[in-house]
Order: sequence, then C-alpha cells, then structure tokens
Amino acid sequence: MIIAKTMGGVRRRLALPYWTLYFGIGIVIVWTALAVFAPIVAPYSPDNQILTATLQAPNSLHWLGTDNFGRDVLSRIIWGTRVDLLMGGLGVLFPFIIGTIIGTLAGYYGGWVDRILMRLLDITMSFPFFVLIIAIVAVLGAGLVSFFIAVALVGWVSYARLVRSQFLVLKKADFVTAARSLGFSNMRIMLRHILPNAILPAIVFSMSDAVIDILLGSSLSYLGLGVRPPTPEWGLMIAESQNFMGSAWWMSLFPGLAIVILALGFSLLADGVAQRLGVAVE
Amino acid sequence: MGRFKFVLLRPIELIPVLLGISAITFILVHMLPGDPAHVLLGPRATARAIAAIKSEYGLDKPIFVQYFYFLANLLHGHLGRSVVYKAPVFQVIAGHVVPTVFLVVYGVLISIAASIVLAIMAALSEGRIIDHTVRVLSTVGLGLPAFWIGVVFMMLFGIDLGWFPVSGFGEGFWGHVHYLFLPALTIAFAMTPILTRNLRASLLQETKADYVLAARSKGLSPRVVWITHILRNSLLATVNLLGVTVSWLIGGTVVVEMVFSVPGLGHLMVSSIFSRDYLVVEAVTMILALGIVGTNFLVDIATALLDPRVNL
Amino acid sequence: MSTDKLLSVHNLCVELSTAQGRIRPVDDVSIDLRRGEVMGLVGESGSGKSLTCRALMGLLPGNVTSNVTAALEVDGEHIDISSTKALRRIRGREIAMIFQNPSSYLDPLMPVWRQIAEPLLSREGLGRGEARAQAVALMRKVGIPDPPNNARAYPHQLSGGMKQRVMIAAALACKPKVLIADEPTTALDVTVQMQILRLLLDLRKESGLSIILVTHDLAVVSMVCDSVNVMYCGRIVEHGERNDVLGTPAHPYTKALLSSEPSLLGEGEELKAISGQLPPLNKLPSGCRYRSRCEFVLERCADQDPELRAVHGAHLAACLRCEELAGRNEALA
Repeated sequence: MIIAKTMGGVRRRLALPYWTLYFGIGIVIVWTALAVFAPIVAPYSPDNQILTATLQAPNSLHWLGTDNFGRDVLSRIIWGTRVDLLMGGLGVLFPFIIGTIIGTLAGYYGGWVDRILMRLLDITMSFPFFVLIIAIVAVLGAGLVSFFIAVALVGWVSYARLVRSQFLVLKKADFVTAARSLGFSNMRIMLRHILPNAILPAIVFSMSDAVIDILLGSSLSYLGLGVRPPTPEWGLMIAESQNFMGSAWWMSLFPGLAIVILALGFSLLADGVAQRLGVAVE
Repeated sequence: MGRFKFVLLRPIELIPVLLGISAITFILVHMLPGDPAHVLLGPRATARAIAAIKSEYGLDKPIFVQYFYFLANLLHGHLGRSVVYKAPVFQVIAGHVVPTVFLVVYGVLISIAASIVLAIMAALSEGRIIDHTVRVLSTVGLGLPAFWIGVVFMMLFGIDLGWFPVSGFGEGFWGHVHYLFLPALTIAFAMTPILTRNLRASLLQETKADYVLAARSKGLSPRVVWITHILRNSLLATVNLLGVTVSWLIGGTVVVEMVFSVPGLGHLMVSSIFSRDYLVVEAVTMILALGIVGTNFLVDIATALLDPRVNL
Repeated sequence: MSTDKLLSVHNLCVELSTAQGRIRPVDDVSIDLRRGEVMGLVGESGSGKSLTCRALMGLLPGNVTSNVTAALEVDGEHIDISSTKALRRIRGREIAMIFQNPSSYLDPLMPVWRQIAEPLLSREGLGRGEARAQAVALMRKVGIPDPPNNARAYPHQLSGGMKQRVMIAAALACKPKVLIADEPTTALDVTVQMQILRLLLDLRKESGLSIILVTHDLAVVSMVCDSVNVMYCGRIVEHGERNDVLGTPAHPYTKALLSSEPSLLGEGEELKAISGQLPPLNKLPSGCRYRSRCEFVLERCADQDPELRAVHGAHLAACLRCEELAGRNEALA
C-alpha cells in the first residue's frame, strides 16, 4: 500500500512531540471506558434527586458537588459521557460514509457527477455550518436523532471533498495505470487500489471532526435544541447551571472541563495520527 | 488591470450559490409539518390573513411555482410578516443586524491581534518554552466550547468581579464596547487557537524559505527580515483561513448571543425557532448565509489584491 | 588581478549537532582570495562547499545547533566569526552572495526594484526615490532590458535569466568587494548560463570584484576561473591556478572529476563515472577520506590523513602520491 506523504521534513518540525498521540489515545480510552461502565463507576444514579442536598459545593460525599435538584454532578458527568461520545462518534460516522461514497464516485468518474458535487460543495460551504444545523433541527424537531440527520446532511461535504481530491491525484498514478493495463475492472481499482490510500486524509479529518461534533452537539443542547432534560448531557448541564452561576460555580465548571478534556483527546489523536501517516491536514 | 476584472466578475459566479441558498432555505421551511399557511402565520390566524398569504406565496400551487413566488418576493424585499413581532420581517431583521455585526467585528479584531502576537512569540522562540506553551494552549483551546467560555467569563468577570455587564447591548458606541466586551472576548477565545496554530506554522515555514536566506545575506536586520518578508508572506497564507473562520464565527455568534442575551440576529433566530416564527427563521438563515458569501468574497478580493501572483 | 589578499579565512570548521551525532561538514578549510580573482570552489553535492560559504557569512540555519570557528580577515580587517553582529555588518557591504535557483530566492510579494534597493533603504537610510533610482541603475548595469518598467515587475513575471540578474543587482547594491556565487547557473538554460558568466566576468573587469564561484561543473571552471579549490568531504583536497589543477591534476578525486566531464576529456580518453558515494560524516574512515573510491589507493592510505602540500609552487594537493600523479600527467602532456 502506498502512503501519501507530504514533505516529511517540514511536518516533523511543526509537529507536537510524539508522546502527545498516546496521551490523546489515553484520554479517549478513559472516557470510553467511563461511558461503557457508567452504571458501575458512577457513585449515584444521574436522576437521583436528593432534595436535602441541593447546591452543595464539592465535598467528600459528592466530589464535584450537587446541582439544584440535589443530583450528583460527578455521576451526571460520567453518564453524560455516553451522549457526548455518541455525538462525536455517530456524528462523524454518517458523514464519513456518505462523503466517501460520493467523493469516490466524483473523483474517479469525474464528469457531471463531479460538477454537481462541486456546486453542492460551494453552496453548502457558503452556509454557516452551525446555522444550517440549527435550521434543520428546527424543522425536524429538537433531539439527538435530528442532530445526527442534520450533521449527516451537511457534514458529508467535507469528506467528499477530501476523498475526491485524493482520487483526482491518485487515479493518474502509475500503479493505477499498471492495474488498468492488467485488465482490472474500474470497481476493483476504485475500491481495492485507490480507496485505501485516498481515505487516509478523511480518517485523519474525522478525528478533528469528532471534536467539532461534540462541540456542536453540546452547543445545541445548551440552546435547548438537542438532548432534553432530564438526560444528563454536558452542554445541557451548563445551560441548567446558568441560573445558579453566582452560587454554584461547580455546576458550570465541571461539565465544561469534561468537554474540553474529551475534545483535547480527539485533537491530540488527530494531530498524532496525521503526523504518523505523514498526511497533510487542513 | 486583470485583477480588477476579477473583482467585477466574481459576483456573477456567486449567483448560482445564492440561488442554492434560497432554494435550501425554501425547502427547509416547506419541510415543516402541517399546513404551510398555518405554519407561517401561527394557529390563530384569521381567514383573511390566510387567504392573503396564500395568494402572496402561491401556497396552493405546485411546489416549483411556489419557489418562484418565493424568489419574486425575495427580490422585492418582501420577506413576509413576523407572527411574534407583528411587523414585516425585513424590519425585524434590520433592527437586529447592528449588534451582530458589532459583535463579529469586535471579536475578529481581538482575535487577529491576539493571534498575531501569540504566533510571532511562538515562532521567535521556536522549540523553547514560549513556543511549547503557545502550542499546548492552542491545542487545548480548540476544544473550548464557546458557550462554556461565555458562562465562565460571565461568572468570573460579570458576577464575581462585576467589571462587565452580563447581558444586553448598551447605549451608544462606548456603551456597546463595554457591554459586548465579554461576548467578544468569548468569540476571540474560540477563534484564536486555530488562527494562532495556522499563523505559527506559516511563520515557521517562511522562516526557512530561500528568499529569507537571500534577504539575510544582504545584511538586513532580523527585524526588517521578519516584518517585510516573513510576516507579509505568512499573513497572506492566513487570510484565507481567516475567511473560513469568520464564516464559522457567524454561526458561532448564535450561541454567544444566547449566552449573553445580546439582541442580535443569532438570538433572534433561536427565539424565533421556539416561538415558531418560521418566516423570521427562514429570513435570518438566508441573511447569515449571505453574510458568509459576502465575507468569502471580500477575502477573495483581498487575496487577489495582495498577491501579485494571482493572475486572472 | 593583484596579489594582495582581499578575503582570508583560515581553519574554518563547522560543527553541527545532528540526530546522528556531532559532525563536521566543513573541516579545516582555508581560502585566500585576491583582489579581482575569480576562484572556483568545486565538489560534488555534500562536499561542504555551500556550507563553507554560508558559514563565513554567518548564514547557517538558525534552528540547527552549530559551532563555527575560523580566523577571518576581510580587506585587512580581522572579523570575529562568532559575532553575529560583526558578520551582519560585512554582509552586503564587504561580501555578498547569489544563489542557485533565482525563483525561490526572490520574495514573490515584492516588486523587483525593492528587493534590489532593500539594503539601501534600511541600512544606508536612502529615501524611496533615490533608492529606486539606484536600483534602476543597477538593473541597467547587470543588463536587464528596459529597467524603468521592469523595476515594477514581480519575480514571477520575469524569466530565469532576468531573475538571476536581479539577484546579482541586489547583491551589488551595497558595493561589496567579494561576491560568492553559489551555483548561479545550474538552474538556467545553457545559453543563459553563458550570459550570466560573461556578466560576472564583466563585473570583475569593471569594478575589480572578486568572485568565489561554487560549482560542480568543471566546464564552467575551465572557462571562467583563475584559481580552483577542490573540496571533498568537508576538506580542500587540491588548490592551485586553473591551468595547473585542470591540466595536471594532482589529486585522484580531481582526476576522477575531470574524467567524468565530457567537455574536458582529451582526445581518445574514456568517460568514467566515479564509483561509490561520499562516506557518511558521522562514520568517516580512518586515514584518507577518499580511499574507498580512489583508483590510486595504497595500503598506507589507511594510516594517515594526508595534509595539503606543495606539488609544484602554489599548486597544492592532499594526497600521498600527489607529485607522482601530477608528474604522470606532465609526462603525458
């Protein structure tokens, strides 16, 4: 398999130290574990309202404090991981699949498929991503499903663009000419020869995209257009905390830190993988 | 002279894009469940109003025809009537534009200033402490949700320290500056990491460029080499990113305006969604999209004017 | 060409810290350049010739840890090679440099006259009009047609030859006494190469400019240079007047280079490629550095690293068999 490489020397100088990749992997693994094992790890149930213990600052019983309903903040954060990770995961998966398929077709066959794609691309790129998502969610009704549909409808474009440009370059490569001269069918060349190489930048991008989707999903929930209460979700928790800003800083701070740390994990992952594969990002 | 032709011809290329935007917006609204007339006018609409809107927008005609009605109205500036505000949508929007524009410009200015300073500091001390700090902060910064930063600032500077107001727009220019400082700072915190990363990378790359070596060989001082060669070439590369980021930003002001209750277009959009004032939602979406197209256009012009290699 | 020394650098050593350890790509190089002399600095890629020139101007890349030591004298004045300030003072004013690929060595965003007049504007404090006028004059001097109009041009609008002339004009702006030309013609068409070389010779004649011409092309050396230094693996292995070095080469490497240059072959001589490669700088062989590729190698070559010694007057070579090799050629001549 031929790996598409950039000027290795330049990238190495600009890159983060090698251990950051592992740090990123570690963060993501820890959060995933928390999500999967939430019922076991979380000290309380996320809906458990202890009305005698509302708005408590962090203490030995509640390490991150309690909210206005007496619910344990730490437990809600742990359970919330499920939602936010899902947002990053599925929010990337659907656009990835759709975009790769369309990008492959457009890049390989060219012609009118490509032209239509480029026009669609121009149009979608001129829409503020966030505004378009909100508009679609407004139409479909608030909720996680709407979020995924909206992201799939809008987000496939970036992946299509990446895959397409790789195809445009690679289909002229020597190994493709060789494959064709050996009589391989178009489909086979497309899928087994070019695609493994072409998909690399898309894979790298998907990790930065996960960050975007997590931020997007939590922002939507903050606005009230995403996950509905009482589901624990980090953005929603921050929204709920706003009325108690003056008295309960822990309600706002910790969910946000969770978002930052998870996003950091994916960012480091993205940078690290890009560095390893020698693939140009952005 | 060829460059000026570019500036004139570009808007023509944008027409299909603008048509696409109007089409998408149109489709979105028509996907809403229920009878379009009631959707747009609300449940308590009078029969007369319903009849009026049906003729204005051709609501009982096939969908393609409706689109043309829509476009025609659009070109005449008829965006419909807001259910909530009981006024023409155009007017409602006009009343909300200024805070958003002010906020965006304010935020962008702070971002640009901060990014340039941080990127230069990092590039000058490549591989050493300051550089590493900037890089770490930038990477962490990529994951900061704007709404959370806003809330934290609000808590810290607004409530605990009481230096800045936590909502509203204020009166007069300096009032705006004061009231919008925290929102603008929030926006800056969201934008600066990515700008800094990119500018820093550009700077480091240009520092190794051949023409920089040639400039040094002429005996020019490091300061002159930095400003007239390295910085200029790097900024050019970053202008394009700035355009993309501002586009993002326009979407991001939605959240920031909600956090700080700034009466701008973003706030209008969200509250209109909740109050089912769909004509307003539709119009704001289009205006924001137009804003992005406009910004990208300006960026294209700027690039064409600044880069002598762009030949058209 | 007078006999007094314009530029004198002795025992130049450049030591770099790399991932493979500390290496010395320039190891004890000494050069004496006379006023008005055109000196060729010859060697294959990696021999250290470019690095030598950059080191004596203090232009090594900033992010590599390096240690440069030498005794440097310019026009009778001693210069402290470890002082960036001192080196920056002589850049442009005493020593100037032009580079191989004019396309990448000119700033794409700056009009050509500004790139020529830059040092005049910032160092000499000239006003804009005055600086531009001088730039135009310099452009005329280096043979750029229609200077007033071309002054406003950007690099991408000019041909390769014109861009190289622009670089030369820029180098001459502060009236240096020495011009280091690092492979100035390698990236150009053959006809343009001739023009540029002729230009350099004309400049020498008009203003007594001394030139160090770095090249791997011996044909160019034979046409243009007064004296030659042959470098191998960071060392000068042969030095002398052009006719001596090219006519009666005393070092096996020089002989091999000559045999691989088609235009310099004598009648009936075969074209021979040099086998092998430069040894890695962090794993140098004992004794003579060239011995793994040398066709005249003896056993004792592994014991000692030969110093430069006189073959015949001012003709020096660093080989145990140098007189023999030079003599053999004389017998043939």
